[in-house]
Amino acid sequence: MELKGKKVVALGERDSVPGEAIAEVARSAGAEVIEIRTECFV
Amino acid sequence: MDPDNQALIKRIVDEIGGDDLVVMLGAADAEAVEVAAETVRDGDPAWVGPLAGVQLGLPVLHVFEDEVKDQADDGVYEAQIGFFEMTLDVDEVKAAMKRARGDA
Repeated sequence: MELKGKKVVALGERDSVPGEAIAEVARSAGAEVIEIRTECFV
Repeated sequence: MDPDNQALIKRIVDEIGGDDLVVMLGAADAEAVEVAAETVRDGDPAWVGPLAGVQLGLPVLHVFEDEVKDQADDGVYEAQIGFFEMTLDVDEVKAAMKRARGDA
């Protein structure tokens, strides 16, 4: 799947990869990040 | 998947539709990854959240998957994900994503 031009919802986790890091990667691939969340299970 | 995130995704699909929408995960727990992928595709398997019985059929990728890494800028990927690749079980996450897609 080509990420360029896609709208990405980044769902990260505080204890693994946070949403902001996912978003940066998605943007660098040409995707538009429309929502960022970092879940916390603690 | 957290009911709040289910509600978020349902709202986004209601507002802009599911075309061109991709959910990208960062969880390291294999079971959590599988459940999240199943939830946004086929609905909440626990039948408790807003996506219970809602089959959105959205594509799901994990940030560790080669499909993401190959398309990302190398420098950005290394800066943002490199540390997590060293400390988390990448292979287990990739296997979980394959199982979620029925590829395994």
